[in-house]
Amino acid sequence: MPVKKSHSQEIQKIRKAKQEWEKQLKNSEVQFPPRSAKFTTLSDMEVPLLSTPDDLVDSGFDYLRDCGFPGEYPYTRGVQRNMYRGKLWTMRQFAGFASAEMTNQRFKLLLKNGQTGLYTAFDMPTLMGLDADNPRSKGEVGKCGVSVSSLEDMETLFSGIPLGEVTTSMTINAPAIVILAMYLAVAEKQGVPREKVRGTLQNDILKEYIAQKEWIYPVLPAVKLVVDTIEYGTKNYPFWNTVSISGYHIREAGATAVQELAFTLADGLAYVDACLERGMKIDEFAPRLSFFFDVHNDFFEEIAKFRAARRIWARLMKERYGAKDPKSWMLRTHAQTAGVSLTAQQPHNNIVRVAIQALAAILGGTNSLHTNSMDETLALPTDDAVMIALRTQQIIADESGIANVVDPFGGSYFMETLTQKIEKETLTYIHKIDKMGGMVKAIEKGFPQAEIANSAYHFQRQLETKEKVMVGVNKYQAQESDKPLETLTIDHSVEVNQAQRLSELRRKRPAQAHKDTLRQVKEAAQQGKNLVEPILAAIKAYATLQEVCDTLRSIYGEYRETGSF
Amino acid sequence: MTNTTQTEQNKIRVLVAKPGLDGHDRGAKVIARALRDAGFEVIYTGLHQTPEMVINAAIEEDVHVVGLSILSGAHNALVPEIMSGIKKEGLTDALFIVGGIIPEEDIISLKKIGVHMVFTPGASLVEVVDYIRTHAPKRS
Repeated sequence: MPVKKSHSQEIQKIRKAKQEWEKQLKNSEVQFPPRSAKFTTLSDMEVPLLSTPDDLVDSGFDYLRDCGFPGEYPYTRGVQRNMYRGKLWTMRQFAGFASAEMTNQRFKLLLKNGQTGLYTAFDMPTLMGLDADNPRSKGEVGKCGVSVSSLEDMETLFSGIPLGEVTTSMTINAPAIVILAMYLAVAEKQGVPREKVRGTLQNDILKEYIAQKEWIYPVLPAVKLVVDTIEYGTKNYPFWNTVSISGYHIREAGATAVQELAFTLADGLAYVDACLERGMKIDEFAPRLSFFFDVHNDFFEEIAKFRAARRIWARLMKERYGAKDPKSWMLRTHAQTAGVSLTAQQPHNNIVRVAIQALAAILGGTNSLHTNSMDETLALPTDDAVMIALRTQQIIADESGIANVVDPFGGSYFMETLTQKIEKETLTYIHKIDKMGGMVKAIEKGFPQAEIANSAYHFQRQLETKEKVMVGVNKYQAQESDKPLETLTIDHSVEVNQAQRLSELRRKRPAQAHKDTLRQVKEAAQQGKNLVEPILAAIKAYATLQEVCDTLRSIYGEYRETGSF
Repeated sequence: MTNTTQTEQNKIRVLVAKPGLDGHDRGAKVIARALRDAGFEVIYTGLHQTPEMVINAAIEEDVHVVGLSILSGAHNALVPEIMSGIKKEGLTDALFIVGGIIPEEDIISLKKIGVHMVFTPGASLVEVVDYIRTHAPKRS
């Protein structure tokens, strides 16, 4: 065809001109030698000096096949046709500390200041399915998030917040089924119709074994509980995101961008397989699966990662599982700026890091975003620090002009080749995990855990040799010590009060109802039934978080990790 | 020491422990590996250890150094209990190190109760290795 011929002649001309340019480049480099022998991304992917149209020809890039149009398969350019012109990303700041009352106040502050969704952080005892008055909870209550031990706490947490009008995301995994039951019970008490209950349960237990390490049960029963919530949510709460398959913690634990993407998508595939095994149809549940990625320092690598993520997932869903509903193909994602990139040294610099990372997430087409506060490497954030982080998003949205155009990096020779490279390396990992028998098996072998530990150690070594730079830590250190930031401290009284409230609750609740309902939970677990409804009944009878989890512990046992490094 | 190579007997033994419910083990694992690479004998407890479990591990392994990694804010509750337990069991000369997110004022109070050193984010591996090499108790 003449068109094709002229295209290939054009490419030849570009190649020739490029060779000429490269000769000149050599001369220039005599005068200005490269600053480094090799230029790489944060994750050590080699970066070319320049990309040109012939690179895309060499890599076999096909615009319609590999990019297409926003809102259409394979969604490389985003999941909405008009992206942020229609609806901005959801600004969702993670919040949770001390008691339910205090977090409730923070929620109201954020909503008053233009935040559009709630995002709950729970403390370590809650994450581990322990009540605030358990001896193992000592010193941990309310420290890393809000303490929730019973439905009473959940009622306080959302008191005065109409749940039909906000979307709520909850970072909870091992005991996710119990916390979900508490949330649904509160929504029901508020009289919110089921189709108005919107939000996301993180509910991604596989990444706990891989990275975040807040687990309770062994892997298989834990996955069963995830499938229970997906099954129940899909049937009863049409706009509830049943799981948020999370790369964030994987990245924070030290993974590279490719490892983050590969392990997260492989976790997603494991849930899909488990749901299919349960007898669900792909297009019934896949539209409600959502994702959560980290957004780190390397600007281009991060944008490419989000673009590659959508393309890979869409193709897997369509080609591997035969999903027919476009909603099943769409990878919708939340993003959070990288906590691990923040420095305790010269903490105000973190505001700048967060702004750059937030830009990358938005240029990568995220659907929702949390921007870290500058003090999060020191403590939980103060109100002032949280406000700067939220304003950062609002400045990008309303002042920078970035939200007015869809995927401006699409078609960039460099961005498209980088997207392809990340896609290719991610698929190599996914195929490797497939060969091991899927992610559950890979976790049992310790494969992703070891890969991440290796990357974390490698990166630390690079910091020591200054091959990688952290401003204020291994370069441009302050001459004098930093002026300390005012940080948030959680008083010990939170733990004392929480324990006291819990013992009051145990005293005043009806004596028999929680026991009967817990017995029903146990029986249902023994029979392998879906546990959401029995747990909902127990929660409504004010059984505590730990009482429900202990009931399941007695059936499933507990997970133990061999402490390897 | 006059001999050129360290024998197994006089290797410095370091316990790297993760007490409490905190799951952040990136730092502990990186440190454990760096200490091993530096020639120390490293015992890593794994996650979610109760104070009692850490005390038992320190005593059983008769370690020279106890390194506690805590990023959840529970250090004020956990560190004193572990330290006094280990001392009570007779390991009185051990070097106590804490690593993690520890606010300035807590570093002061931890040092008051006998923690020898606190490393916070940004500390280099070389710093930690050198500190242990210099300060670990010498036992015959």
